[in-house]
Amino acid sequence: MRTLTDISRDSAKARREQQDANKGDGPLARDTTAEANRDENRRHARAHESAIKHVTGRAAYIDDIPAPGDALHVALGLSPVAHGRLTRLDLERVKRAPGVVDAITIVDVPGHTDIGPVFPGDPLFVDDEISYVGQTLFAVAATSYKAARLAVKEAVIEIDEQPASLDALAAAEASDVVRPTHVQQRGDWQRALDDAPHVLEGEQFVGGQEHFYLEGQACLVTPSEDEGVVVYTSNQHPSETQKLVAEVLDVPFHAVTVETRRMGGGFGGKETQASPWACIAALVARRTGRAARLRLPRAEDTRATGKRHPFHNRYRLGFDGRGVIQGGDVTVIGDCGYSPDLSEAVVDRAMFHADNAYSLGDARVTGIRARTHTASNTAFRGFGGPQGMMIVEAAMDDIARHVGEDPLTVRKRNLYRPGRDVTHYGQTVEQLDLLAEIIERLEESSDYWQRRRDVSDYNARNPVLKKGLSLTPVKFGISFTAKHLNQAGALLHVYTDGSVMINHGGTEMGQGLHTKVCQVAARELGLDLEQVRITATRTDKVPNTSPTAASSGADLNGMAARDAASQVRERLFDFAAEHYALDREGMRLEDGELIAGHGESERRIAWGELVQAAYLGRISLSAKGFYSTPLIHYDRATGRGRPFYYYAHGAAVSEVMIDTLTGEYRVTRVDILHDVGDSLNPAIDMGQVEGGFIQGMGWLTSEELKWDDKGRLISDGPSTYKIPAFGDLPPVFNVELLQGHPNSQASIYRSKAVGEPPLMLGISVWSALRDALASLVDYRHCPRLDTPATPERVLMVAEALRDSTRAGSTQPETSDDPV
Amino acid sequence: MIDFYLNGRRQQCADVSPDTSVLELLRLRLGQTGTKEGCASGDCGACTVAIGEPDGRGNLSYHSANACIMPAHQLKGRHLVTVEGLARGDALHPAQAAMVDCHASQCGFCTPGIVMSLFTLHQGQRQHPAPLTQQRLESALGGNLCRCTGYRPIRDAALCMADYPDTHPLWADDPDLAGNVEALDRDATTIPARSSPGKAVGHFDSPTDIATLRELRKERPGSRLVAGATDLWLETTQQLKPLEDLIDVRQVAELTTIDETPAGFWIGAAVTFSRLEPLFAEHYPAFAHLMHRFASAQIRNRATLGGNVANASPIGDTPPVLLALDARLQLDGPGGPREIAIADFFLDYRKTALKEGEFLRALFLPRLDNDRQLKVWKLSKRREDDISAVLGAFAWRLEDGKMRDVHLAFGGMAAIPKRAAQAEAALEGQAPGQPAFTTALAALYREFQPLSDVRGSREYRLLAAGNLLERLRLCLDTDHEPHAEVCLDAYAH
Repeated sequence: MRTLTDISRDSAKARREQQDANKGDGPLARDTTAEANRDENRRHARAHESAIKHVTGRAAYIDDIPAPGDALHVALGLSPVAHGRLTRLDLERVKRAPGVVDAITIVDVPGHTDIGPVFPGDPLFVDDEISYVGQTLFAVAATSYKAARLAVKEAVIEIDEQPASLDALAAAEASDVVRPTHVQQRGDWQRALDDAPHVLEGEQFVGGQEHFYLEGQACLVTPSEDEGVVVYTSNQHPSETQKLVAEVLDVPFHAVTVETRRMGGGFGGKETQASPWACIAALVARRTGRAARLRLPRAEDTRATGKRHPFHNRYRLGFDGRGVIQGGDVTVIGDCGYSPDLSEAVVDRAMFHADNAYSLGDARVTGIRARTHTASNTAFRGFGGPQGMMIVEAAMDDIARHVGEDPLTVRKRNLYRPGRDVTHYGQTVEQLDLLAEIIERLEESSDYWQRRRDVSDYNARNPVLKKGLSLTPVKFGISFTAKHLNQAGALLHVYTDGSVMINHGGTEMGQGLHTKVCQVAARELGLDLEQVRITATRTDKVPNTSPTAASSGADLNGMAARDAASQVRERLFDFAAEHYALDREGMRLEDGELIAGHGESERRIAWGELVQAAYLGRISLSAKGFYSTPLIHYDRATGRGRPFYYYAHGAAVSEVMIDTLTGEYRVTRVDILHDVGDSLNPAIDMGQVEGGFIQGMGWLTSEELKWDDKGRLISDGPSTYKIPAFGDLPPVFNVELLQGHPNSQASIYRSKAVGEPPLMLGISVWSALRDALASLVDYRHCPRLDTPATPERVLMVAEALRDSTRAGSTQPETSDDPV
Repeated sequence: MIDFYLNGRRQQCADVSPDTSVLELLRLRLGQTGTKEGCASGDCGACTVAIGEPDGRGNLSYHSANACIMPAHQLKGRHLVTVEGLARGDALHPAQAAMVDCHASQCGFCTPGIVMSLFTLHQGQRQHPAPLTQQRLESALGGNLCRCTGYRPIRDAALCMADYPDTHPLWADDPDLAGNVEALDRDATTIPARSSPGKAVGHFDSPTDIATLRELRKERPGSRLVAGATDLWLETTQQLKPLEDLIDVRQVAELTTIDETPAGFWIGAAVTFSRLEPLFAEHYPAFAHLMHRFASAQIRNRATLGGNVANASPIGDTPPVLLALDARLQLDGPGGPREIAIADFFLDYRKTALKEGEFLRALFLPRLDNDRQLKVWKLSKRREDDISAVLGAFAWRLEDGKMRDVHLAFGGMAAIPKRAAQAEAALEGQAPGQPAFTTALAALYREFQPLSDVRGSREYRLLAAGNLLERLRLCLDTDHEPHAEVCLDAYAH
């Protein structure tokens, strides 16, 4: 028996909205019990969609894709000097070398020669001026990888070498910048400084970071039958590569298709800097009519591509007797390398995060984009945010020692709170209690105060080994600060066997985006995850996409996928209501069935049957979804706005033990509590939190970029550039996702972005190292510790502190400057 | 012709040039792309494979190796196992299943290498079960870099894979496999080692006795000796230098033996570090401890003590230890064997006392008698799998409260591994207290002028080397508070 009630569309819509709100999608957050959350967690903690392919070696990366037998291999001729004029480039011997088919320079480019992603400044090949060691001079295509690389050595290159600018500070002082300086300001910062009872100033150098994606830059380009190409590339931004390849070839965008199935790591390094190689290989493919493969050997990859920006930061902050900041002045100087690339936005993000979790009061934040003759620094997980946070975290430790409080106490006092909830760029901080709660819970679970006492006791007893402890929070703004990038598309097909294909504009670099998007589609259609398959990101499936960056992948593409799935679902509901004469209201897709009605009148139709019937009923089973983030805006002219849809939060407590004779140290225990809202996939989110923390720790500890005095990067591979290894995993590593706090904004199922924020949890390790060093002067002040805090840097600081106590006086790095 | 087994199936590859790596053979020739190239320098482990070697008892024993820097010709008579060869149809090997269940892959590019390191650990556990201590895990996985996960789930996978049903690869069902591989090995070594160059350019010879080795060296003065290839191979992968004329010393009987004598141990130059680990653990604990930080398992399984010494790098880790121990070297060549002290071996930057056609045959390590102490302290940016900025190896004995026979040897402080003669003199015959060490420290600062490079500045090297002396003083200082720790457990011994 079934009930047929004529319910109007509107009320059905209202019902659905109510249902959605219950699922965490309405305008208001809901309270969830931890118990219910745990069940949800288990349900959503699905394995990475490629996990089995990963462990069996079947997951194909660019260099694993079979190419036609006559495919060419491309190798690059890179500049050996940092600055100069290219006076002669003779490739005659290169062209005669065994196996060589083609050799190209800038004169062989039919279209655009500048491939700057946002602003001009990145020549595909050097024309005249050489700007860094590793800049591309020419390319060689040969029948094998080795033949191409050997042929490169045959080039005759003459360069009129000129002095290289390698000092970002000097460049900043000389106003040698890649983009104009930007200022954010709130209130009368000068007056706040004048009126503050205490003023401290400090300075720091924060080192850069090599992405060290395990799969280096790589692409395979095949010529198409018309004037274009198909590009297979390890790439975070296929649409931009499509645009640049088309412009370089001088063909319309529709002649170029770019495909990315997966990357062997990206971390920002393949956002803009995967394109040049695709452009070069595309040129070769068009010129020769043969497929062209280009992959950079590790050392060339490391030299040719940009890194996380090194920063020089300064602060001058006024605070009261309790260490609460009243206002002040912060300057962040990003070393951008030779061209703008993404540096405008990177330094902006450093500025947006110069407050981290703390109100700066009436403050001015200035961002300078210094130009140096090094590779153009680029996106790297956090995108300047981590470097900006470093200065305020340094200030927290400095202020705490100055007022004689535990740094955690001072950090807590400075958190955004009611009355102090507006940032220096004018955004009002929501979820004000969240960070305080995270810190409080972490204090307790990590036993912070007891361990603080233990650390002090230990340090009093041990002259050589010293322990350090620190809790640092993270508040990270989520959204692209370039507003137009906050959009996404998806394409969903239901085939007549009921299987579902989902495609979207985001790219998979290991972060589990494809898994999450499959989960969204499956959830919307009430299907098993196994029935949903994702296909490679392709510019001819979903066009005009944004880079997979800014932690936005799941927020944007998950929403677009949801939009596509819900369109198909609604069509199926409409069809089913009519075809099966069912009650449209309350219709739902669950466990592979369409369910209509309740109780006695419930009617179930299997998904496969429904899809077949809909197909025969001539219902479209395909939809494209779209999403754009609401609410956000930022006015660069005034330096004010709401650039972020919401903030993601977290905190970490790290304990270290240093050897003050050698500078070596161990991270002995780490406790983390991190906010991902209602997790889309707790297993994947946990992986992002842990992996992000370790990567952040590596950035601040062992990963040291070193250039010689000629501007040549000498840490250009894993034997000299040391990312964390297995043994660097802290022996005690307690990581938890915060439960019961859905996103206050209507993000996809009230989840929060998780790609970048956890990286900054690693700052706690650096702060703990400073804490350990401060013990050498009885915590009277906190020494400056530039990063990466290698054993060498730790030893040198320890030695200086010991010298200062031997001399009978302490020379604080930061000077009290009453006005 | 390279005749070997790949994932249980016989492979015969003809016309392989001598400079071809196992990785190139797999990916370019055999189309097996599961094994990845991350760095082509043996540092990241993405290319890790397992090499099955007849153990002489009718079984194959598996160890991990970096395919990117292993000569393909050294596959002769071996069973090469890659990530493609572990699953049994759809049933995953425990190493794979545990990785999936622990969410231990993210981008997946390092995963094949990690799976192979776990596979060798799993095999090792089956043959010689032992507790999976942190040290053992670090030893098994320290050579596999992962940029995504932060290693926690990988550690979990390593810890739980033993709980999975022991799904064997299909090839493990073949009762004849070990015998067949061993038969190839016999063929490879009993056939006269002189390979015919064939169509491929160059030579890759694998002599089995020292007479043939001497003769080959004489005949082909331009030839290069190769054992583990862990440094040599970088010349081709990183610098694209030709390696066309190679003599593999790993099969030479006289170079692969360990002879115990009352005075010490004669160790063949081609003995790998993995083989030496039990000996070091029993007789030279400080040396054994260094092994954990010396290099990854993949490298220790292939690199040889002779190679590390004859390579004569100023930052090689074992030469300072051997200097501290007063090791002796047996050189061999056209003029027959001769013996020299290791202190006389290193002449200048990468220059040794080896004459043309000579090679290092064996090394003699004197026993540490009861009262002789050895300390080995390595300083590097990263604890595992990193090259030393400074390495200090100190040996001495205490006689009536005085230091005797003091040896202070350093790596990374000069163009060659070198003893600090003046600092030694300052301590010799002195009580190990502040006065003697102050003099020694001043002497040390005088006698070394280290360089600044990517691993450390001149100032750091000098300061840290001096502080290692201070650490030594604290270790010897009987007045020092006994409960106060002077160095991090994980770092020093």
